[in-house]
Amino acid sequence: MTSAPRTAAERPGPPAGLASPQPRRRLKVTPGGAAIAVLALFLAVVWLLPLVWAILTSLKPEPETTAVPVRWLPLEPTFEAYRTVIARGELMQWLMNSVIVSVMVTGLTLVTCVMAAYAFSKTEFWGRQWLFALFIAGILVPPQVLIVPLFDEMTFLGLVDTYWGVALPQVVAPVMIFILKRFFDAIPRDYEEAARIDGAGHLRVLWNVVLPMSVPILAAVGIFTFVQAWNNFLWPFVATTDPALMTVPVGLGTVQSAYGILYAQQMAASVLGAVPLIVVFMLFQRQVVRGVTDAGLK
Amino acid sequence: MTVQASTTETPDAASAPRSSSPRAARGTARRSAAGIWFVLPFTVLFAVFLIWPLIAGLWASFTDRSLAKEDSSFVGLANWIEMFGDPAVWQSLWVTLLFTLITVPPLVAIALAMALLTHRATARIGWFLRFSYFAPFLMPVAVVTLIWEWMYQPEFGMINDVLATVGIPGASWLTGEDTVLPAIALTTVWWTVGFNYLLYLAALQGIPVYLYEAAALDGAGAWRRFTSITVPMVRRTTTLIVLLQMVASLKLFDQAYLMTNGSGGPNYAARPIIGYIFESGFTGLRIGYASAISYLFFAVIIVVSVLQLRLFSRKEDAA
Repeated sequence: MTSAPRTAAERPGPPAGLASPQPRRRLKVTPGGAAIAVLALFLAVVWLLPLVWAILTSLKPEPETTAVPVRWLPLEPTFEAYRTVIARGELMQWLMNSVIVSVMVTGLTLVTCVMAAYAFSKTEFWGRQWLFALFIAGILVPPQVLIVPLFDEMTFLGLVDTYWGVALPQVVAPVMIFILKRFFDAIPRDYEEAARIDGAGHLRVLWNVVLPMSVPILAAVGIFTFVQAWNNFLWPFVATTDPALMTVPVGLGTVQSAYGILYAQQMAASVLGAVPLIVVFMLFQRQVVRGVTDAGLK
Repeated sequence: MTVQASTTETPDAASAPRSSSPRAARGTARRSAAGIWFVLPFTVLFAVFLIWPLIAGLWASFTDRSLAKEDSSFVGLANWIEMFGDPAVWQSLWVTLLFTLITVPPLVAIALAMALLTHRATARIGWFLRFSYFAPFLMPVAVVTLIWEWMYQPEFGMINDVLATVGIPGASWLTGEDTVLPAIALTTVWWTVGFNYLLYLAALQGIPVYLYEAAALDGAGAWRRFTSITVPMVRRTTTLIVLLQMVASLKLFDQAYLMTNGSGGPNYAARPIIGYIFESGFTGLRIGYASAISYLFFAVIIVVSVLQLRLFSRKEDAA
């Protein structure tokens, strides 16, 4: 990439990445460059419009939302809709459920997939190739094919309407093993052999040698799993009937729309339901992009 | 790759026997077994939540299993025969394919355009561009559909309002048989293009700058540099994105279900095959029948993936 000497100064942070796009060519502003910038900004504004519209609507008093002709800016901005939605409590419960389920899915995915990827990358055992091929084949199975028998199975196990029932099936993401294994494979053998000579077992090697070298990929896998779990609709929708256990997408999708046409409140709830992920992403933006690059997805 | 304790003449040698002699012995003895313990947790989950439902579903497709009663009996190929003669199956499959056809090209082209625009941007506006293009992808589907249902409102929605200012007559988007699927497609493009965009952005950053500089010195114009350097350099990414995107589009359900309030739209114009599986299984309570359709859907995904892989790998061989 564009590792100029100057990036060495900011070493602790991820080098290069998206934050420093090759500085040299930016110095002179050409007409072509300006046109591209204008076009890029125009597209960005168009892309943000639905969100701006949602936020503006959420700040209107209810009667104003259905006024004709349409008025974009609220005449009398108010947080009334937010107050009502928060006071009703359901949304806070769904947010809580989403946090619980997403953290469970992300934690379990990281633990189980990291362990499996380590085994495939750094150990020998009987049936290794065969099992790896089976997992890779598992990538081909769309989870949507499984919902009906899975629901049947969950009923049998008594896991319908429980956090475990919502979370566990989402942990089975073999593609994460594939991504992690590719990354682990690139770690030179010398490091783990040195550790093993010092008497470290596999757990120690994994924890003290492999994981510290894999932070970007772990962040990327973790964030993508979290985003996916947070936004997943179909399975949590099938696996929960009790509104008290619903995640944000399910609650907003099924219960909220039943309130009908209180648009300011719907938009306020939408904004509240979308904010947590946007914050998470903004915090980890660099790691996500670096992880995508490192995972060789490019 | 054998590690022998005798070869280590380290200062730790004295402490080694104390703490690790049993462990070291176990380590070498069970070297081949350690990996099994590491893959075990995932394997259990994989077996219980993927393999088992896959087999159970296949078995169920040969039975009259229902959510309404405890036991079921073997009915042979009855579900499969019924499925092939069921017009709703073919109709929902057509909706799914149509949706895929109209969403994949824009989801690839717009993503590339966005990535190119961002790649050439200065750091100052780059942050804003990345945020704007990617933010919708982070929205839960229910939020996306609430916002867009509201925007598609015929009387006071934003879309018709904008169209009116340009002088184009609006429509009742989500209740029209011809407009409901394109409306859902537009929402989907807005919502999900950010992921492809991110992949393209990473790919563009992997292209060495000297290639462009050398080309510029040789007098190649912007268009020439784009077609001769950028496009070939991101070909692998394009292959990946098209493959992932087609499979993702074939899995249409969430937004179609929510934007039609579960009705499938006027005349089922927006009921995809997963929607029909869902209806048969959970509304119609027929697990057996729904399982048979699930397998049809699975087969479609496999066929599309294999066709694509063959197509693309042939192209790459030729190149």
